[in-house]
Amino acid sequence: MIRLILIALLLLSQSAAHAAEVAPAEVIEVAPGAFVRQGVHALIDKSNAGGIANIGFVIGEESIAVIDSGGSFLDGARLRAAIRLRSDLPIRYVINTHVHPDHIFGNAAFLQDAPSFIGHRDLARAMQARGAHYLEANKLLLDPAAFDGTEVIPPSQVVETQSVLDLGGRRLILDAHQTAHTDADLTVLDETTGTLWTGDLLFQKHLPVVDGRLKGWLEVMDKLEALPAARAVPGHGPVSLPWPEALAPQRAYLTKLAADLRGLIAEGKTMRHASGQAGQSEKDKWLLFEEFNTRNATAGFAELEWE
Amino acid sequence: MSGFNPLNAKITRRRVASLALGAGALLAARPVFAAEDSWTDLKEEIFGDQPILDGTDWVRLEAPYRAHDAAVVPIDIAALRPQEKDRFIKTITLVIDENPAPVAAVFHLGKSIGLASLSTRVRVNAYSHVRAIAEANDGQLYMVSRFVKASGGCSAPATKDPDEALASMGKMKLRQFSAPASATATKPAMSELREAQIMIRHPNHSGLQMDQLTRYFVPAHYVSDIEVRQGDEVILAVEGAISLSEDPSIRFHYLPNGSSQINVVIEDTEDQVFTKSWDIESAQSGS
Repeated sequence: MIRLILIALLLLSQSAAHAAEVAPAEVIEVAPGAFVRQGVHALIDKSNAGGIANIGFVIGEESIAVIDSGGSFLDGARLRAAIRLRSDLPIRYVINTHVHPDHIFGNAAFLQDAPSFIGHRDLARAMQARGAHYLEANKLLLDPAAFDGTEVIPPSQVVETQSVLDLGGRRLILDAHQTAHTDADLTVLDETTGTLWTGDLLFQKHLPVVDGRLKGWLEVMDKLEALPAARAVPGHGPVSLPWPEALAPQRAYLTKLAADLRGLIAEGKTMRHASGQAGQSEKDKWLLFEEFNTRNATAGFAELEWE
Repeated sequence: MSGFNPLNAKITRRRVASLALGAGALLAARPVFAAEDSWTDLKEEIFGDQPILDGTDWVRLEAPYRAHDAAVVPIDIAALRPQEKDRFIKTITLVIDENPAPVAAVFHLGKSIGLASLSTRVRVNAYSHVRAIAEANDGQLYMVSRFVKASGGCSAPATKDPDEALASMGKMKLRQFSAPASATATKPAMSELREAQIMIRHPNHSGLQMDQLTRYFVPAHYVSDIEVRQGDEVILAVEGAISLSEDPSIRFHYLPNGSSQINVVIEDTEDQVFTKSWDIESAQSGS
């Protein structure tokens, strides 16, 4: 019996040691109590363990909210380790700004905290439509050491239009938007510091990616512009940007892309032809242009052709 | 759809449906990377033991090297010769080897199509060969293919705006083009060749998505038949399946027969029928 207990203790300490081995993510405090891990400007691959998006957390007086959990179980575990270096308060909320795997695939690393998983009213539907494909595709792109444990975890609490989370002396205002970057985009405004977490409704340096509606996105940007924020944390790009000036490059790109597409549609070009032409003048202003511009032009063409 | 029975469509339709069902059950086992021998089995299932010859003298298949957006991959099939009275293409079958339902569409070409060039959009789930198999008037099959790489890790073959897709389901648009972009023919009769594009709002739901609460697959709901006529004469009849993208779109040619209208009938797997007619624009005023 004693021997069994010893073995159990040994196993326990080994698993604790394993958890402790996860190197904490490097995070930057963009405002008091608001920390961001910057994603690398790259596609998901083995070298980055899925850590390509800006993800982070906000610490209140009583609890902590994670804002996007990362691109793999490992990416999420690293973020969690970074939190535990700074605070022992309970991690009560894991907010997913949208369905893309680089923002939700770290969710499972926080299951041990039994948080509320929070997302847009349509996030569960988007996860249902895409989750299995994302798991299959990213399993091949990532090492098992990063991917193992990754799950699609749907929200346990949804934001219909607006919700408020209280972290103790610190309120987060969550807004659910119309189809823009995706069909389930959520933004988080940290009232205390005026920090707006845009998820992928804002890109900088990294080319914006259209996976929803081009026109819807431009409309949502106009609404976001009116929010009382001092800075934004974009989904991809620098960890902190002045608000609302940060919107300008993305607005210029999306506007130019839409204008090019409308012109090519009016000329009767095919989608295949147009997707290789539209937006090309913006090429030198962005990273990952080759990787995403054709995709954006394809999606935008299908949308604008109905005008 | 009453009256929809062009060109032996029924036989092939059963084939498309059975392939879709069979492959759906095997979804979990399908690899993301193309298996070398997928086509060997598919060929047998779709075409039996009919020989298939190289089709590079007949058509050119144009597809992006990568499925940039997994949900909307533009495919152009360019005919390299006009449809002639004694030498023409009867049907074109579009196949995406590694998709859960590999037969994306079967296009039955009417006599007045003039040129067998077609453009459409498909979903591409994985690294896959995409094939166009043309059946000539004498029954001989000719094939061309391209390899398409899968999209990256954050694109999925899913509907971008499901609410919009449902709300506007059945809405149709016909685009008429003033000058065919792809006309390669020089024969005098071909100078009258027109080009148009039929678009329909439809989620074209694959049915391969599992409801996380019930663990059941959401039923498939897709456009199964598209028929385009000028007056009463069939230009094109299409059997669709789940590999066609949401909001299916088909761009095609036709030689005007003097009719004043293009008439389109579309049917989906829930027996919804959508019909619409458009006046044929003069050759100069196309959009």
